[in-house]
Amino acid sequence: MLAYVVRRLGALVMILFGSSFIIYNLTAISADPLEDLRNSTEPNRDQLILNLTRDLRLDLPPPVRYFVWLRGVLGVFFGRADFGQTREDQPVISEIIGALPITVRLIFVATIVAIVLGIGLGITSALRQYSRFDYSMTFFAFLLYSLPIFWVAVLLKQFLAIDFNDFLVSAQISLPAIIFASIFVGFFWASIFSGTRKRVLIIFGVAFLGNTIFLSLISATKWFLNPTLGPILILLLGIGIAFGITYLSVGLENRSALKSAVFSATVGAILYFPAQLLLDSNRPRVGLLFMLILLIGTALLGSLIFSRIDRGPIIRTNLITVIIVGLLIVVDKLMQSWRPYLENDEINFRPVSTFGQSTAWLFEVPFWVRSLDIVMHMILPTIALTLISFAGYIRFSRGTLLEVLNQDYIRTARAKGLTERTVIMRHAFRNTMIPITTILVTDIASIVGGAIITERVFGWYGMGTLFNKAIVSFDLNLLMGVILFLSTLAILANLVADLLYSVLDPRIRVGAGK
Amino acid sequence: MARKSNQVSNNEESILESNENAIFNKETEGLSQGQIILKRFVRHRAAMVALFVFTTLVMIVYTALDWRIGDPRNPRFTIPGWWRYGFEDILDLTAEGCPEGTLGCPTIDFVPLVDGDGVALGQHPFGQDNIGRDYFALVMRGAQRSILVMFIIGFIATAVGTIIGAVAGFFRGWTDAVLMRLVDFIITIPVIIIGSVIGFHFGNKGAAFLALLLGLFSWTGLSRLVRGEFLTLREREFVDAARVAGATNRRIIFKHILPNAIGVIIVSVTLLMSGAILLETALSFLGFGVTSPDVSLGLLISNYQDAFTTRPWLFWYPGLFIIAIALCVNFIGDGLRDAFDPRQRRRLSKKDKETARQMQTRSEVV
Repeated sequence: MLAYVVRRLGALVMILFGSSFIIYNLTAISADPLEDLRNSTEPNRDQLILNLTRDLRLDLPPPVRYFVWLRGVLGVFFGRADFGQTREDQPVISEIIGALPITVRLIFVATIVAIVLGIGLGITSALRQYSRFDYSMTFFAFLLYSLPIFWVAVLLKQFLAIDFNDFLVSAQISLPAIIFASIFVGFFWASIFSGTRKRVLIIFGVAFLGNTIFLSLISATKWFLNPTLGPILILLLGIGIAFGITYLSVGLENRSALKSAVFSATVGAILYFPAQLLLDSNRPRVGLLFMLILLIGTALLGSLIFSRIDRGPIIRTNLITVIIVGLLIVVDKLMQSWRPYLENDEINFRPVSTFGQSTAWLFEVPFWVRSLDIVMHMILPTIALTLISFAGYIRFSRGTLLEVLNQDYIRTARAKGLTERTVIMRHAFRNTMIPITTILVTDIASIVGGAIITERVFGWYGMGTLFNKAIVSFDLNLLMGVILFLSTLAILANLVADLLYSVLDPRIRVGAGK
Repeated sequence: MARKSNQVSNNEESILESNENAIFNKETEGLSQGQIILKRFVRHRAAMVALFVFTTLVMIVYTALDWRIGDPRNPRFTIPGWWRYGFEDILDLTAEGCPEGTLGCPTIDFVPLVDGDGVALGQHPFGQDNIGRDYFALVMRGAQRSILVMFIIGFIATAVGTIIGAVAGFFRGWTDAVLMRLVDFIITIPVIIIGSVIGFHFGNKGAAFLALLLGLFSWTGLSRLVRGEFLTLREREFVDAARVAGATNRRIIFKHILPNAIGVIIVSVTLLMSGAILLETALSFLGFGVTSPDVSLGLLISNYQDAFTTRPWLFWYPGLFIIAIALCVNFIGDGLRDAFDPRQRRRLSKKDKETARQMQTRSEVV
């Protein structure tokens, strides 16, 4: 395993060397940073040209210049890397260190959301092959494939940000909007749980009514102006989640698993109270870590108390449950900061931001208000990036699951008398995940490209902005720095996917000789 | 009761399954591979609709404006288009029928019954931009550029990708190693980055030249697929047979293996083309693609994204054209994939089930 990783890292260095050589020479040959000066009429023109030539080493031919640049970069291995200076005499590395986390944050969240939603929808669509749901998902995926991200981004700005902010003035949902949304939700669930006409109608009715009541409550209580979950709602949601996760992972008939999951959810919800103290302390990050430890402890305890045999899957179920409960507690904490955030002078009741990665003039606010600010800035770009990348996951997971369901081992599993849930979740789903890891890799490369455009539309100061600046100002050092980091990111994702491969599929042993 | 009906349906399913092959075999009796594929493709409804819409779009878009051959300012020869304005004509802004405070709004009328005028194009169907140019003409010009770029990228990527993939897969060894490392080098850089670098420096040399260069960097995915296909196909008996018969390498590659890999290539190329149109529009949006005075759909959106609140039509129409083109190409690609996939079975229709039942009863009688 270690030898494999080392070999792959060696290959990574080789690939980076090759791709950076190509792109360096391509840019150096095609761009002429002296062009402006040549056409200028300043009296000291020749002197300026000489200075610039010396600064950028334009006297050397591009391939030689590449190796000069490479010598600085290879300093990484000796502890003194030198990525050169930008045209504004800033070290490239400091610019990148400022911008990289912003882009990585965006890409990371969007990828996770896209994977979870995409695989979920894709698998549902495959299990309901040739249903209306399946057809509409196929069309939806193709539509998303064909959407230009910059176009979607501008639409999101208008329809999500500006309209939502306008909506917050009253925070009341109009009756037609409620009915329309409920009809949509009704259709959604009815088309997933297809069956006899009576069954479909019942499901439609239940979903329609439930959604109408839910939205009316939200509208009547002006929930959006003062959102909160509170311990009771967290407890109820947590128990619901415990049931759901247990159903998906080991099945509700496994009583000890169900008991321990409900136990974990309940204790997790009770932890809401000490969590408030922890999260309000003046070191909220430490508090978060402490809370996480408490929650994991709860999960392990729950599975120890209630189960004697086959603890592995139960521990997994409990862990997923408590982590979701923990997320709910954090969301609640963020919601508590909603009101102070809205009332802040810089925000002024327009919380969904369309520009920048955070509000620059937000001074002396508590940690959670600042976090909320970052979250609100992330919403739109994340949705835009997710929308264009999860179509691929829908299509691919659908196709793969259908293929897997045709395999002999699925037939065998059914013949053994396993429940349909076990067949799908244990036998089919796990095997579906293996090919999906491969598109994860190509997707990361395209999502990086998407991030460049998204950052432009939403005015984030990330790698995309640096990249733009580098191209427009012929800044070769900056450009190479950006590309080097972005391609390293893409290739590392590739490596991680390969390692995941071996985790998911015991037949594949990485590094097992040639 | 429920159990019984379940049994019945199970029984029926097994009847269907046993006769399914017979139905499909009968359908393809006496047809060549190409005919079978064509038949499957024609049956794919979404793909046929997409093909129709796409052809119509291309015809409308390319005949709308004047074709000027020679120097555009002083053409030697002009083929007139059916639309009354050119994309460079600067006209007076009209305020007729516009909401308060806006100029040059669209006159197109989709809904026949609302004002009783019927469906009509009007003077400026998509409105006018801020200096008075007819927006319909601009969108047509932009769509022309985008479709052109799409086809050029598709063509070049197909040619380069197929040849490199074929050579790598067929010869293996160090040829393969060198070529595939080259692919690795290019594939790790996000396309939009290469595109921006190229586009910024060569975008002013015209859309066709830009497309040519972009095509030279878009073949990598295709070449990997073709290589994989060649690696399996070259071990097959018909290749050995050809070699024993004395065929040269070139002949084996182009006459024997390539026709067998054509399905993979065609499908991948259509998907590549829909990616290409999005790439071009994205680059133009960033300012690294087609630059003014020429027009591209991405450039139009980029120019007017801030006008969205006041004059949304400047934003809607180019976007809708991008989506329409990309969606059509995607659906055509999907249809082709289904048509080329030998495992692909269409869903049994009622008629098929009827046939199956008849076949079953017949066999029982016999």
